[in-house]
Amino acid sequence: MTMPDARVIELEERANTIRQDIIEMLVEAGSGHSAGPLDMADVFAALYFHTMRHRPDDPSWPDRDRLILSCGHICPVRYAAMARAGYFPVSELMTLRKFGSPLQGHPERTRLPGSETTSGPLGAGLAQSCGLAYAARMDGKAWRTYCVTSDAEHQAGLHWEAAFFAGKYRLNNITCIIDRNNIQIGGDTEEIMPLEPLREKYESFRWHVLEIDGNNMRRVVDALEEVKSIHEKPTVIIAHTVPGKGVDFMEGDYLWHGKPPTSQQAQVALEELRAVAGKLRAEHE
Amino acid sequence: MSDPHGLENGLQLAANIFDREKVGKIPTRNGFGEGLVEAGKRDKNVVGICADLTESTRMQAFAEAFPDRFLEIGVQEQLLVAMSAGLALEGKIPFVASYAMFCPGRAWEQVRTNLCLNDVNVKIAGAHAGVSVGPDGATHQAIEDISIMRCIPRITVVVPCDAPQTKKATLAVAAAIGPTYLRFGREKSPVITTDDTPFEIGVAQVLRRGGDVAIIVCGILTYNALIAASELAADGIDCTVLNNHTVTPMDERAVVDVASNCGAVVTVEEHTVLGGMGSRVAEILAAKLPTPIEFIGVQGEFGQSGKPDELIEYYGMGISHIKDAVRRVVARKR
Repeated sequence: MTMPDARVIELEERANTIRQDIIEMLVEAGSGHSAGPLDMADVFAALYFHTMRHRPDDPSWPDRDRLILSCGHICPVRYAAMARAGYFPVSELMTLRKFGSPLQGHPERTRLPGSETTSGPLGAGLAQSCGLAYAARMDGKAWRTYCVTSDAEHQAGLHWEAAFFAGKYRLNNITCIIDRNNIQIGGDTEEIMPLEPLREKYESFRWHVLEIDGNNMRRVVDALEEVKSIHEKPTVIIAHTVPGKGVDFMEGDYLWHGKPPTSQQAQVALEELRAVAGKLRAEHE
Repeated sequence: MSDPHGLENGLQLAANIFDREKVGKIPTRNGFGEGLVEAGKRDKNVVGICADLTESTRMQAFAEAFPDRFLEIGVQEQLLVAMSAGLALEGKIPFVASYAMFCPGRAWEQVRTNLCLNDVNVKIAGAHAGVSVGPDGATHQAIEDISIMRCIPRITVVVPCDAPQTKKATLAVAAAIGPTYLRFGREKSPVITTDDTPFEIGVAQVLRRGGDVAIIVCGILTYNALIAASELAADGIDCTVLNNHTVTPMDERAVVDVASNCGAVVTVEEHTVLGGMGSRVAEILAAKLPTPIEFIGVQGEFGQSGKPDELIEYYGMGISHIKDAVRRVVARKR
């Protein structure tokens, strides 16, 4: 069933709010990553406000869908989505990367229930997701595991060890989402260590592959729905995104991978995002 | 009645330890294999995962007894650890097995981040530890594994002395909660304990009590330590032998007690002396009771191919080496 336009716009508004939160968090923290969190705001809005079964007031609810953030460095997008979903007060977002905060620079399960695992060192999220998904199968549970990865972490051998595993055991309850923004901390992925052809790599590892515009909310939501009907094998969604999406001066520039905006830059970014928010609100009403 | 070799009666140790013909010899890995099957019977959440070494790590019996709870994942040691973290998050009790050189060796960062920082209940079974792997050579002889595991917060590190104790340690590790490294070897090694000998994680065992030197040992070299102590007794040097099977968290009170009683210590491990069990003993005693110590172990070298006994001798871990170290440390006593 096609999702009504109003619902799409509502999710786009969620993504816009998350982007504003990300900018404010990063300025306050004074360090962190900008490009990835911004370009994955649409995917996280879709996951937390549409696709996943979860209970913000009960992060350990046994039947919840699991979301593993493999590329832990884009955690501001997850923290913002969690706060907006009601896991913790939005005001707590301003403690990102500060001493004693549950919102560590990279997520830690023991400090933030609901983050599911501890992640940051790249390439390890899909492997942990495989363990979750296999346990669900052993126990006959219906919940699904979503694993968000960066594109550059596909350079790590461990990620492909996990891809082997999910393919061998036909883990159809696992969905890997790739933030295909083509940048990494040192430059363009295809210059540093080419990933292409990514689709063919996954297909040869016995995965089903969907390829979408990861900044198009309707495409994102449709793809997340479509994976539920793939029973033969695990599915990967290659989500093509624009790094820094939503902030004009950051878009497409790898130098924004690993740094936060200054407070003046943040003002410019927030003005742009608020203008888009106003337009979305008008469309919604 | 006291034991003629000075062994502690209460521990129900094996009868023929000092009879070189009759002493039992079983690989410690067999103890792991038996213990894992028993652990699987006791708890349905126990899962076995192996990286293509099912037979030689002795996980085979578990795989046959519980095929639905066994996973073969191929030569992928990083996956072995990281994937098991996911299983543990869902309440499983994964035992992951490989050669110690590869797991934990190759998978250190996954152990550190995915298991220990993440605080999940995964048990690493490191087989073929030490130079006693023999002919396979240095590439397969893990002699740094204790050092790289014991420095990680939250982990428990257990190095049992013989096959029966490895079985008990496997069961104890399965029942305890938290990331754990269990280390054992390939070769047949002398049986010191019996089914009736007590075992508790974190509680060191005084196998023999003497007042001159405390030999603090873990793993299969516990046998050499006992023989050395027995021979030294004939020369008038009376040694305590402490089976210090839990490297982390170490039984600090037992270490300080034996050091206090003897005033001199020799540590013995089939491992590098750089950062291993002996180093932990030294850290404890330096802080609480400065005591002269001699360290038996591989002295900062790599191993090589050879017969197990030949390598133990070459790298200075034989009975004569322990006796020499005891004499050296006696001379250093104040």
